[in-house]
Amino acid sequence: MNLNFWVIQTFNGISYGALLFLVGSGLSLIFGVMRIVNLSHGSYFMLGGYVALTVIWTTGSWLLAIPVAALTIAFLGLAMERIFLRQLGFDPLRQVLLTVGFAFLFQQAALDIWSGNNFDINPPAVLSQSIQIGGIFLPLYRAFMIAIALAIGLVLWLVMEKTQIGAQVRATVDDAQMARGVGIDTSRISMMIFSLGAFLAALGGVIGGAFLGIYPGLDFEMLPIAFAVVIIGGMGSLGGAAIGALIVGLADNFGKALFPEISYFTLYAPMALILAVKPTGLFGRE
Amino acid sequence: MSADTAANGQTPVLELKGLSKSFGGLHAVRGVTFKIMPGDRKAIIGPNGAGKTTLFNLITGIFPASSGQVLLFGQDITGWQSHRRTALGMARTFQITSLFPRLTVLDNVLLAIEGLRPSKFVMWRFLSSYRDVYDKAHQLLEQAAFADRANTEVRYLSHGEQRQLEIVLGLASDPKILLLDEPAAGLSSGESVEMTEFLMRLDPELAILLIEHDMDVVFDLAHTISVLHFGEVLETGKPEQIKNSQKVQEIYLGTG
Amino acid sequence: MRSHRLKILMVIVALAAVAIVVPNTGSFVILLVTRALAFSILVMSLDILLGYTGLASLGQAAYLGVGAYATAILATKYHFGLGWDFWLVLLIGILLGAALAAFFGLLAIRASGVYFLMITLALGQCVWGLAYRWNSLTGGDNGINLRERPKFGGIDLANELTFFFLVFAVFCASLALMYTLVRSPFGRSLAGIRERELRMQILGYNTWLHKYIAFIIAGAFGGLSGVLWAHTAGIVSPENVVLTTSVDALLMAVLGGAGTLVGGVIGTFIVFGLREFLSTLVPWWQYVLGVVYVATILYLPTGLMGIPERLRQKRAKPDNPDGAKKLASLHHAEKTT
Ligand SMILES: Nc1ncnc2c1ncn2[C@@H]1O[C@H](COP(=O)(O)OP(=O)(O)OP(=O)(O)O)[C@@H](O)[C@H]1O
Ligand SMILES: [Mg+2]
Repeated sequence: MNLNFWVIQTFNGISYGALLFLVGSGLSLIFGVMRIVNLSHGSYFMLGGYVALTVIWTTGSWLLAIPVAALTIAFLGLAMERIFLRQLGFDPLRQVLLTVGFAFLFQQAALDIWSGNNFDINPPAVLSQSIQIGGIFLPLYRAFMIAIALAIGLVLWLVMEKTQIGAQVRATVDDAQMARGVGIDTSRISMMIFSLGAFLAALGGVIGGAFLGIYPGLDFEMLPIAFAVVIIGGMGSLGGAAIGALIVGLADNFGKALFPEISYFTLYAPMALILAVKPTGLFGRE
Repeated sequence: MSADTAANGQTPVLELKGLSKSFGGLHAVRGVTFKIMPGDRKAIIGPNGAGKTTLFNLITGIFPASSGQVLLFGQDITGWQSHRRTALGMARTFQITSLFPRLTVLDNVLLAIEGLRPSKFVMWRFLSSYRDVYDKAHQLLEQAAFADRANTEVRYLSHGEQRQLEIVLGLASDPKILLLDEPAAGLSSGESVEMTEFLMRLDPELAILLIEHDMDVVFDLAHTISVLHFGEVLETGKPEQIKNSQKVQEIYLGTG
Repeated sequence: MRSHRLKILMVIVALAAVAIVVPNTGSFVILLVTRALAFSILVMSLDILLGYTGLASLGQAAYLGVGAYATAILATKYHFGLGWDFWLVLLIGILLGAALAAFFGLLAIRASGVYFLMITLALGQCVWGLAYRWNSLTGGDNGINLRERPKFGGIDLANELTFFFLVFAVFCASLALMYTLVRSPFGRSLAGIRERELRMQILGYNTWLHKYIAFIIAGAFGGLSGVLWAHTAGIVSPENVVLTTSVDALLMAVLGGAGTLVGGVIGTFIVFGLREFLSTLVPWWQYVLGVVYVATILYLPTGLMGIPERLRQKRAKPDNPDGAKKLASLHHAEKTT
């Protein structure tokens, strides 16, 4: 194991973390605002990838696929929240089960529409090259993923910290009841955050589809990893999601490379421990 | 009565020494000190937010105290968990009715009786085979005139009945001291008279610490009254004294 | 009390019917019922937590997993548990399930609500991660094939019918034990904790301990179901401990009706039945399952077992809760005046 190994693995870990940030930040915000454990979040990721595939097959445009897929799934999330989740009120168990029911429906729908094959989303040739830095070849696409995550993260942060809406979201995360008390329309905030979460997850699906592939079962593979990000980072905190994503991305990469036999264990055991000690996550507010 | 038993050197049932609690910057209870002897009937009154319920929560171990001590039968129980305090002979009711809504009246009482019996850990025998527990439950329900509704789910009871059942649950463990948090809250005047009569019929050896806004209930039941204001005991005395106190008039009765 | 007896009688009749009818069907049905019975022990164990204690676990498959993996590893690596020692393996499965739960419970029991969901999910994923990656022990993704079933005395469990009766017997014993548990003083205390934990503490219960014990018992039955499952399926793989298996168990319990034990069994049979039968008939069977789930959660929160009660309430009064309240308070007013 030479220096190259460490550089490449670190780079891969960070870029995977970038992808996880897209999935995890939405999930974290949804939890923070609505206290919902959304088990269809992995489905949004997978469906985002599938919708992108269809757009690419019909139009040939990868660039177009990104917004179309993300917006389609955002709308799906919006519909789910408005039509179904809304009417359950605050009942964590039923909400969780409902999101699972939908995850199963989505799974079957994806199987019917896109078959059981494993597809890759091929990004444009420009992004498929490698760049050489100091004798090490680094895939440009992964650098692109990091850039996207940084950009999204920056926008989210600006919105959360600098706008009226962002302040309302933060207030709702802190104490939904109080927020309602001071006249914040938390129902609208929930709707927005839920579809934003779906949007981000689907975006992750499109972008991650290039190296993970898109296949049946991806949904429930992604879901627990996204939860690890949320838990480690702390629920309802954007910065936490970023740190959580980075930790999980790196831990996953190095775990698989260094101790393959217990690599997932090294991911989920800390998650369980953190939950046991501090249920709101490392960086979550009490 | 309490004065001379205390002089006897008998151990108090409950003793608070400088008990305090703060939530962040808010001092909800500050340095509360008093003693309760067997058979004492003490009322705690005070405006909304004075810290009365918080005081009960400290005594029963729902919140840890910030400072000060709680002694039960002379034993320092300040750091104890609630269930261990109950085992020593303390019981309480809640301001906000806190029964088991989807269980029947009988089941509620059975749970309350089992709370202090070792058989609560038995898992190889039906609860219904414990005759003594059932007999006791029926007897308690009889006393409180609930016998005809034993098999009604609690959520279907009226508010007044639920308030009464709160007390039955408190009595089920044969406590030596009973803490009542606004037992008459939300009752009609007829119901609250009935409630007071029920409380007055209880074993005279049972010590009662009562929080209540309804002054009729307080003056009927209490031997001594303490006035809590911003977490502090402002004044303690016999009902007559409190009724005529200038300070109390200002902060409490005046506003009420 | 009479209604309890009636229910017990109905369950006994249903079980007798299963014991009589199933042996006379084809091997397809026998196998299906055997699988469902083995799995429904896990679902019932989950119901102890979910329906009776109010703890929704998203990692119950882990306990089935340890039981199943222990069985498979002992059988293939050490040739243990394929004779009379099968009974020992059954015991080992129970103990391992209980031990794992005793360990996980220390971490999980403090949490409640969604946090309990999350932490059990994480713990379940730990077990899955080990099953999936620890190739040398678990066979990784491929899992472990059990090439033979136990044989002892004159009994050969390779025979489908014999094996069915074994699973059936263990199932009946589990049901009886769990039923006794939920009606015991301890079981009733769990219901009290589900309804209002704080009040239980004030009544003198160490609720943490009660929940912890319930968690361990559920784990023990989970381990038991794992041993049976290993021999039923003939293969143990990460599939058995994956998140969706835990979720399935949860949905089956809710579908049948949480807090009823037999509801979970009915839920299991419906889901297994739909999967096996419907999937041979129509390609869109999973939609049916998904819609059944979603509809149950939206419109039948008390599950299938809750239907009779709902009908009764509807028939009795247009709106029972309020009606009853009014009646009760009228009664009360009469008494006071
Ligand atoms: N868990 C808590 N966290 C933070 N503050 C609390 C908590 N419980 C009570 N308080 C605060 O402590 C103060 C005292 O509350 P408490 O409920 O003891 O009042 P009370 O005298 O019982 O009033 P009421 O007559 O309305 O029942 C209030 O200002 C309340 O907001
Ligand atoms: Mg109060």
